[in-house]
Amino acid sequence: MSAVGAGQLEQVRVRAGAAVVAPRKKPFDWHALAVHALLMACIAVIAFPLYYAFVISTQNLQEVVQRPPLLLPSSHLVENYAAAWKKVNFGRMMFNSLVMAVTVAVGKIAISMLSAFAIVYFNFRGRMVCFWMIFITLMLPVPVRLVSTYEVIGTLGWLNTYQGLTVPLMASATATFLFRQFYLTIPNEMVEAAQLDGAGPMRFLWAFLLPLSWANIAALFVVLFIFGWNQYLWPLMITNTEAMRTVVIGLEGLIPRSGTELPTWNLIMAGAVMALLPPVAIIIFMQRWFVKGLVESEK
Amino acid sequence: MRLTPKPWIVSALALILATLLAAPPALAKTEIHFWHAMTGQLGEAVNELVKQFNESQSEYEVKPLRKGSYAETLTAAIAAYRQKSHPHIVQVFEVGTQTMMLSGAIYPVYQLMKEQEIKVDWKDFIAPVVGYYSKDGNLYSMPFNSSTPIFYYNKDAFQKAGLDPAKPPLTWKQVEEYAKKLIASGAAKCGFSTGWPSWTMVENMHAWHDQPFATKRNGFDGLDVQLLINKEFGVKHIGQLAAWQKDNIYSYGGRAGAADPKFVNGDCAMYIQSSALIGGFTRGVKFQWATAQLPHWGPPYNKATSIIGGATLWVFKGKPAAENRGTAQFLKFISDTNQQMWWHVTTGYLAISNSAVRNLEAGYHFKKNPDQFTAFAQLTKGKAGPNSQGLRLGNFVQIRDVIEGELENIIAGKKPAKQGLDDAVAKSNDMLKEFAAQNKQ
Amino acid sequence: MKRTVFKSWWLPYLLVLPQVAVTIVFFFWPAFKSLQLSLFRVSPFGDRMTFVGLDNFTKLLADPEYYQSVVNSFIFSTGVTVLSVAAALFAAALATQRIRGLTAYRTLLLWPYGIAPAVAGIIFLFIFHPAYGVLPYFLSFVTSYEFNWLLKGWVALTLVIAATAWAHIGYNVAFFIAGLLAIPASVIEAASVDGAGPIRRFTAITFPLVSPITFYLVVLNMVFAFFESFGVIDAVTKGGPGQATEIMVYKLYKDGFIGLNLGSSGAQSVILMVIVIVLTMLQFRYAERKVTYS
Repeated sequence: MSAVGAGQLEQVRVRAGAAVVAPRKKPFDWHALAVHALLMACIAVIAFPLYYAFVISTQNLQEVVQRPPLLLPSSHLVENYAAAWKKVNFGRMMFNSLVMAVTVAVGKIAISMLSAFAIVYFNFRGRMVCFWMIFITLMLPVPVRLVSTYEVIGTLGWLNTYQGLTVPLMASATATFLFRQFYLTIPNEMVEAAQLDGAGPMRFLWAFLLPLSWANIAALFVVLFIFGWNQYLWPLMITNTEAMRTVVIGLEGLIPRSGTELPTWNLIMAGAVMALLPPVAIIIFMQRWFVKGLVESEK
Repeated sequence: MRLTPKPWIVSALALILATLLAAPPALAKTEIHFWHAMTGQLGEAVNELVKQFNESQSEYEVKPLRKGSYAETLTAAIAAYRQKSHPHIVQVFEVGTQTMMLSGAIYPVYQLMKEQEIKVDWKDFIAPVVGYYSKDGNLYSMPFNSSTPIFYYNKDAFQKAGLDPAKPPLTWKQVEEYAKKLIASGAAKCGFSTGWPSWTMVENMHAWHDQPFATKRNGFDGLDVQLLINKEFGVKHIGQLAAWQKDNIYSYGGRAGAADPKFVNGDCAMYIQSSALIGGFTRGVKFQWATAQLPHWGPPYNKATSIIGGATLWVFKGKPAAENRGTAQFLKFISDTNQQMWWHVTTGYLAISNSAVRNLEAGYHFKKNPDQFTAFAQLTKGKAGPNSQGLRLGNFVQIRDVIEGELENIIAGKKPAKQGLDDAVAKSNDMLKEFAAQNKQ
Repeated sequence: MKRTVFKSWWLPYLLVLPQVAVTIVFFFWPAFKSLQLSLFRVSPFGDRMTFVGLDNFTKLLADPEYYQSVVNSFIFSTGVTVLSVAAALFAAALATQRIRGLTAYRTLLLWPYGIAPAVAGIIFLFIFHPAYGVLPYFLSFVTSYEFNWLLKGWVALTLVIAATAWAHIGYNVAFFIAGLLAIPASVIEAASVDGAGPIRRFTAITFPLVSPITFYLVVLNMVFAFFESFGVIDAVTKGGPGQATEIMVYKLYKDGFIGLNLGSSGAQSVILMVIVIVLTMLQFRYAERKVTYS
């Protein structure tokens, strides 16, 4: 995208993001009213499931099974959350999820950045081979390599370990392509200037590229953190002990599939709320960079 | 500097030395790893049982580990075996029996006990349990938690509907009659529901009515087996279930134990599920309830016995003899009469030895807990025959899944009973053929 | 355009090493093994492997259950994609109008993206629960039809589609917002000066301009729903009732890990691989074309 386009983009963003332009003498703004109303309706529909889950998590079992269903929160919040926490050792699982999400996100970003950097800024034998190799990984999502990756992990002795949980998820072609696309937009002049200054490649990466890439990195971090936190199939296969299970799997374990224990939906909902809080919090806090980073990557 | 050390140093050293020498030689008790699939109250019972063993001797320490559901535990054990990091003992559910038996990875328990020279009175085990897990008269895995499906009913609801709470229905016709009364009087929303649909309504119903489930004596006599559930009896019973579903006489509630809430909430007044639920119901159910034997269609079908479900403990090969000794001792411990009695009373699973049952009878346990006796009576007092020895089929996990899938199609009215059962049989026979090919000795 | 590069004969290799290493060990090696497995009949314990050529494949292609799982996968993916993308476009269009409080609205639209599909599935499972759920309860006032997802396949499918679409809306909204913001305001203003109302502006100007992103998201959502939705199915329906929600990925897992039929599982992996390749090439072709557009 040209410099002019980027400038326009900035303008539009500023305009749209800022508060409404100072109104001139206008007739009643039906348009704005309609938009507000529709937006609120959208938000309500989208938020309802979570609201309902929250409500259930504050009720006791009698209230849960009551008909008509109670749609307002009740008073058992603390005891439910505490019970859910203890029942499946939530603390440990949150920790595992955190380790997994952060390690995968940081690992992917680091590895991809280095690879993209090498592919764009060096001419080396096997450059295109590397590129295609990385590209092909897009065609091999976890389910496709499930059974055999499990065996590979077993051979390495990484079953039920943090390495086993995180490393196989770390080679990300999408991140590499994102960085590659971004680096391709860096003008040659900048590189030449840096070289004239006597900067080596690593210094260039660290001092020039990295600062420019923050928006991308932030957006990627959000996406990858969520990806890592919400992984289901892989941790299910790789972990065998409760001590290594992640929060999303542990939640599924709270649902009794057979008999002697009655389904304690209030605890399950409490667990669900706890399980989704960290990734949602990350989105909320980083939403500005998230959207910004996506805009940049659209170029 | 003085050459002789200070007196206090000498005493200190002596003390340390003495402590070291006096430390128990098994500072490292030999560990025996035991993988199981029990959760909740049952999981606690397992831990308690293991603790009792560990405290009863000082050489071995059994370490129990819950690996997930039965299927997950089996998969994990197999994967671990392939990586040579398997446990000593693994709990496998009854449908995995054939897979384990033919695997070449296991150490049959009769052999283990023989080689460790531990005397076990094999004849003391109750016949239905032993029959399921033996080959050529020898027991391959140690029975651990066995149960059988029984009939539960809501006495309060019966009362409300004008039925005698001391008289549960004995025949299926009576079940239908009672269900209509229960629904009409508003005492219940539905007549009855079931857990583990294939186990209760197909496998057990065939055995109970002395009908063959599969050829070759339900698979005991060979690998070229075919299912027989689409014959006259199967079509009649399952067809009837589908018809009853329309009037809420029967109300399908899902697989495994997903339908348990229907009984516990009082929605369905009658329920067919594992006898192992007695403990849980005693704790969780708010109304008066009781158990009875499974309903029967009556003539022309004979009344045989029901078959067991649950799991047993299998021992893996590839462990040193010293550790095998510990394994053998643990298995002996849990099959001792006292442990059997304790396990039964705590969990509701069957005690598997006749001596344990006799002791329980002598201690009036069954008089005080008549519901616990229903399962025993159903298993041992009927006329056992070749159709009620149990089932020994390969790929049984998938076959059950196929059957339950087709049951859902039939009950939902998507397919008539004959067609659904025919489809189930066709798919299952394919799987059985596949298994036979895989295991050509 | 000739790019300026750095000169170093060893540094680039070092830089690509981590990614290449992980790729080879955890992507290529297992993919090769899958290929290998698919040509054998393997006993569960791995001690017996017999070469059976394309047997596993022919069995799969002759199995009506396999076709059912393919159909289910397509129904599922299409449902999720249409629902999620359309709803996201609608919401994003609203959230890029010139009104107050945009950042707040946007945050409120984005956050569901953080919810794992499995967790979303569990929440929806409860909402749809035939005995306790709030949805069947309210629907019972409208119709006496019993929305029992345990028995009715289409209800179960709706349940998992709704849950997955819901969880993914945030992601689509983010992309659409980014795309809509990239449309120069001058273009839209020109249209409104011409007298076009908001709806007309949208259909005639905005929608065509944002269609590259729409296309991109459609492909992305399809791939996502196809491959990453194992969690929802496992947590909620486990493929039931009957095989109504058994998608290809779930069948692969079930046959391999529960049924212990590694040969068939391997063959299914290979077929999935082919499908991914086709879809990914589509996606990549589009992405490259976009770059040349600008």
